Amino acid sequence: MSTNTNHHPIGKSVPRKEGRKKVTGAALYVDDISFPEMIYGVTVRSSVPRARISNISFEGDIPWNEFTIVTAKDIPGENYVALILNDQPYLAGQVVNHAEEAIVLLAHPNKYLLEEARRNVRIEYEELPPIFNLEDSLNKKEIIWGEDNVFKSFLVDKGNVDEAWASADLIVEGEYETGAQEQLYIENNGVIAIANEREGVTVWGSMQCPYYVHKALIKLFALPEDKVRVIQTETGGGFGGKEEYPSMIAGHAALLSLKSGKPVKIVYDRAEDMVATTKRHPSRTRHKTAVSKDGKLLAMDIEFIIDGGAYCTLSPVVLSRGTIHAGGPYFCPHVRIRSSAVATNIPPHGAFRGFGAPQSIFALERQLDKVAAAIGLTPDEFRRRNFIQQGQTTATSQVIREKVDMHQLLDRAFQLTGYHEKRQRFAVENAQTNIKKGIGFASFMHGAGFTGSGEVYLASVVGAEATSEGRVRILAASTEIGQGTNTIFAQIASEALGVDSDLIEVAQPDTSEVPNSGPTVASRTCMVVGKLVESAVLALKQTLIGSTLLKEDYGQSEFQAACRSYLEKFGSLKTFSTYQAPPNIHWNDEKYQGDAYGAYAWAVYVAEVSVDSLTYEAHVDDFVAVQEIGRVINPVLATGQIEGGVAQGIGFTLFEKVVWQNGRMANNQMTNYIIPTPADIPPIRVHFEENPYAYGPGGAKGIGELPMDGPAPAILNAIENATGVSFNQVPLMPEAIMQKQ
Amino acid sequence: MEISFSVNGEPRTLQAYAIERLLDVLREQLHLTGTKEGCGEGECGACSVFINGKIVNSCLVPIAQVEGAEIKTIEGVATDNQLHAVQQSFIDCGGAQCGICTPGMVLAAVDLLGRNPNPTDAEIRTGLAGNLCRCTGYMKIFESVVRACQK
Repeated sequence: MSTNTNHHPIGKSVPRKEGRKKVTGAALYVDDISFPEMIYGVTVRSSVPRARISNISFEGDIPWNEFTIVTAKDIPGENYVALILNDQPYLAGQVVNHAEEAIVLLAHPNKYLLEEARRNVRIEYEELPPIFNLEDSLNKKEIIWGEDNVFKSFLVDKGNVDEAWASADLIVEGEYETGAQEQLYIENNGVIAIANEREGVTVWGSMQCPYYVHKALIKLFALPEDKVRVIQTETGGGFGGKEEYPSMIAGHAALLSLKSGKPVKIVYDRAEDMVATTKRHPSRTRHKTAVSKDGKLLAMDIEFIIDGGAYCTLSPVVLSRGTIHAGGPYFCPHVRIRSSAVATNIPPHGAFRGFGAPQSIFALERQLDKVAAAIGLTPDEFRRRNFIQQGQTTATSQVIREKVDMHQLLDRAFQLTGYHEKRQRFAVENAQTNIKKGIGFASFMHGAGFTGSGEVYLASVVGAEATSEGRVRILAASTEIGQGTNTIFAQIASEALGVDSDLIEVAQPDTSEVPNSGPTVASRTCMVVGKLVESAVLALKQTLIGSTLLKEDYGQSEFQAACRSYLEKFGSLKTFSTYQAPPNIHWNDEKYQGDAYGAYAWAVYVAEVSVDSLTYEAHVDDFVAVQEIGRVINPVLATGQIEGGVAQGIGFTLFEKVVWQNGRMANNQMTNYIIPTPADIPPIRVHFEENPYAYGPGGAKGIGELPMDGPAPAILNAIENATGVSFNQVPLMPEAIMQKQ
Repeated sequence: MEISFSVNGEPRTLQAYAIERLLDVLREQLHLTGTKEGCGEGECGACSVFINGKIVNSCLVPIAQVEGAEIKTIEGVATDNQLHAVQQSFIDCGGAQCGICTPGMVLAAVDLLGRNPNPTDAEIRTGLAGNLCRCTGYMKIFESVVRACQK
């Protein structure tokens, strides 16, 4: 094999494969695409949070006969979005359970008339009593879902927490809350659908998981698998907000297309996207921690509750991840975690980068700073006495078999920030100034891939195909949504084959062309699917060698010639690789015990803040993110993931507040839901450590969600250091800082 | 109404409602889909174009306003298939992730460097503050601008 460095791209910052298209404006997102005779669709939504629908009438001076009108009665198959519990309707029939719930669909060639028509659909309701927060739901103020408002509960029970209190030198309690957060991808949700009796349903759209949409449309239309085709268009950001939601908008466009006989495009404007689609689950966590006077964790009793909104969607899985991450990278012999996801009459919450872990890790890292202070230890000394080591068990009793060195990550983070020196200096200088400075950190881990036996259940498949030009096409359902899927798949394949990464193409995810490699979520695309890319191309190489058309020791031109010869001789060359679980992963779903994840990335994040004691503004001045991620496949892309995730985390902490009014987001505009701008973001400095994971491509673990976990607790720990005041809720707005001064 | 203006150096005459947004005319009548809609309210900058050399949010511009004007969109930034230094730098430094904010961000950077060929870090942050990105955390966008200055 050639030793040309072009053929060893793992570890190099190979430029983004579709970069040129993106910088020239040539990349085609769904709203850039049109079809002949295409018309537009809009959604008429509930204006009340909970009610029986008593009447729908079509009023105003609108030529209604020109419109395609779809209601629940027009649904050919099942009126639910197939996901976990199948409780969410595509279109409300007799009842609505949240404001902005979809009731009627309209289509027409004229976008402006369509919008006027939307305003002239009059819906009459008999209102029912709604509930809007998790307290009321837990207290069963009204039963609005199932028998007790609870979508799902988990119990993690390690050791014997109740017996541990007696031997504690100190017991510390705390309560922590996180609010909803809007993903705010800059490209709104959008789809184009073509549906007819003869050919079935085809959908193009902005999405993370084509096969989730495929599974949902099959049920909606009662069609066989091969009559539904889903194609991902260039997607302008997802962050989880396009994990499950696209099934809904795709179904709506397809229903309108079936009835109208025309291609239908639905693209939300920003206000609709913000008010009606999924957000991060709000949470409330209660901690009770027993600790010895020499700073050892003896017991943790944790209650973790998330607000799922009106329908189940992905709440059980968000709850699962939040529950498993609630105990952090520490060893504690007795841990109990009781968690529940509950229903409220607000638009259902859904996937958002981190997926429950940012919520429970925020609570833990604030609680541990509190416990440290109560015992008289510094936050870092307290962590050091409890960091989990190789051979010890997590909260779910998973034995950590890999080398883990949280101490070293902490040392590195402190060295890069001058943490100790600053802590001392700020303590002195703050007395003389109105701008109080502080520095704080969070230490945490994030598991990559689906939990427990989830990856076995997914049974992901990736294909590799040789083309007649001697190139290799990767066939996977994993989507490029900005994180770099196309580029790292090409690098992994290039390294495995010993050919230039320019020779590798990544097929557009189209369910008629690519196998189901699982959803683009859970930080699994590089670690799990990337590994399958590697094995699929290795199988392709072996096939060529086995055919004697290629010698063991080949160069790039021989490889290309062999592909061409093979195709001439046999017609096509396509290989597939199916997921195999690494050995020794044992997970007990009933007891919620065992090996939750095959691999964890480990991290320490440090935030330096200023708090203006006159205006109550908090500002992050500097941020350092240190993490061990197995192996860095592409330094620019990996750093970009951390920087972007930290920015979203800063937004989650200090900027992004969802204001609720009668169960509806009142500030559903970019004017008044604020994300960090270029002027707001501190320098973000990223440092990677490597510790190859045997079952990841090149040794890589997953990193997409990790950076979301650290910022909120690090920043609030820093703000406490700056002000001496303890804040336990995010987002933390100046008004809340003012109230506690 | 009938309206005439030039886009990327080419004269155009077309029919549109007087208050039709420039953004929609560019995308739908002229099929220049590089300019994007992110918010429709002038907050995100994804719809940035140049009108007579000045950068504006095209979602806030009624078409009547551009009678006789020279408009430049992202499609007019590269010349003769040669990328602008800013565009090449975005590729080299990783300034684009999902790419939806990139056309507007490239225009904002071109505008900044046209007025201030050697901006400080603070001037870069202020110069780009009208453009939102959700993917990058801005670090590699700043690096791209700095790299473009060096060319």
